[in-house]
Amino acid sequence: MSEAIPDKSGSTRDARIMLTAAQLFCERDDRVLFANLNLQLQEGQVLQIKGSNGSGKTTLLRILCGINDSYEGDILWYGCPRDRQAEQFLGSLLYIGHRVGVNKVLTPLENLRWSASLQRHVSDDDLLAALTRVGLRGFEYSQCFSLSAGQQQRVSLARLLVTGARLWVLDEPFTTLDVSGVALLESMLADHARQGGAVLVTTHHTLSVPDLQVLNLDANREERQ
Amino acid sequence: MSPSASASTTPFSSPSTGHAFLSTLKRDLVIAYKRKNDLLNPFMFFLIVATLFPIGISPDPDRLGEISAGVLWISALLASLLAMDNLYRSDYEDGSLEQLLLCPYPLYFLVLAKNLAHWLVSGLPVVLVSPLIAYMLNLPEEAYLTLFLTLLMGTPVLSLLGSIGVALTVGLGSRGLILAVITLPMSVPVLIAGTLAVQQTLNGAPLLAYLAIMGAMLLTALTLAPLASAAALRISVN
Repeated sequence: MSEAIPDKSGSTRDARIMLTAAQLFCERDDRVLFANLNLQLQEGQVLQIKGSNGSGKTTLLRILCGINDSYEGDILWYGCPRDRQAEQFLGSLLYIGHRVGVNKVLTPLENLRWSASLQRHVSDDDLLAALTRVGLRGFEYSQCFSLSAGQQQRVSLARLLVTGARLWVLDEPFTTLDVSGVALLESMLADHARQGGAVLVTTHHTLSVPDLQVLNLDANREERQ
Repeated sequence: MSPSASASTTPFSSPSTGHAFLSTLKRDLVIAYKRKNDLLNPFMFFLIVATLFPIGISPDPDRLGEISAGVLWISALLASLLAMDNLYRSDYEDGSLEQLLLCPYPLYFLVLAKNLAHWLVSGLPVVLVSPLIAYMLNLPEEAYLTLFLTLLMGTPVLSLLGSIGVALTVGLGSRGLILAVITLPMSVPVLIAGTLAVQQTLNGAPLLAYLAIMGAMLLTALTLAPLASAAALRISVN
């Protein structure tokens, strides 16, 4: 257990392995999505998961987060089984799925305040600063249904700045973003990795992030055939 | 600007579970306030259903007095059922439910917060207006207090039980009546205890015994129902 406690310095020296998935197997509707899939994510690493439509990218992310439990195999968090230290794992995890978790009736500030409170206490000043950073200055108090899809996506991205999670799991975060949004998110990913955080991301977009690692699910499928 | 990496390793030092509970409660109340129809629909539905009985059965005060306790309880039950469906649905559709499940704090308290918010919005107004409807239905005066107290203790139980049914069905595409089929049978004991308490008060029985039964139901529901809802939500999102 002692070796499982995360390094508090958050530096990238002697990067340690954060998340390991070994021998993952997942089958859906009698179709094998992936088999014998191995994955390692180190501190300071950005791992892009690629694959054609329906190759199981979203399923893989949901399995790694623990929302989906229809899999076989081992998932380790700092070397220990993830489910035995669920609190530490969930306390370090930030997942943004396809459905970004932004309530349309609430304002961006109210949405962000609630999302942040599920992880830790964040002051309103920090919340407003995060909204400004993602380009929502002036929209803090408008209801989210009056915002565009890209702006709603930005509300969810502001969570990356306030929850302080070490592991970001992002499912297609670039789909609705404009050019400046893409650049912003890429710089956020690079900053996070430099500070010792790790990122799992699915996208069809060509990421320009230093030291990008790629996992191709199509290759896993071809190996089996 | 960047959040310090060290803060993330100590997510448990901050106000934590209590803070998440209050924040969820407040969020749901703000959402209900902004969607005015969530606030008014169950209440209006209760008034309308209770008014249909005199029209459909008989306006004769004596006959109404006899059935009024049952009418009020059934109307409250239906109003609670009507309001139930939007407890988790919008959260399921916009992805907030996934955030809730991936929160490091016990899901029990977050589900409890959502249930409490839901009861404050849909159950409490019905309880508060019930003496007025009881007057309209010619309920004998001495039963007002019993009716009010049993509704006050019984409607939270209805909300907590309904929450299990909603959590089980939230992932289904077309829900239709399945929620009613799951929830209504579970609510029967509450209905029996509630109406019986009012009737027995009219016969001169002591109120305390029935309140104790309702209280026991409420405590059981408070401790067990959110656990069942939490488990059901995990299955639905899976």
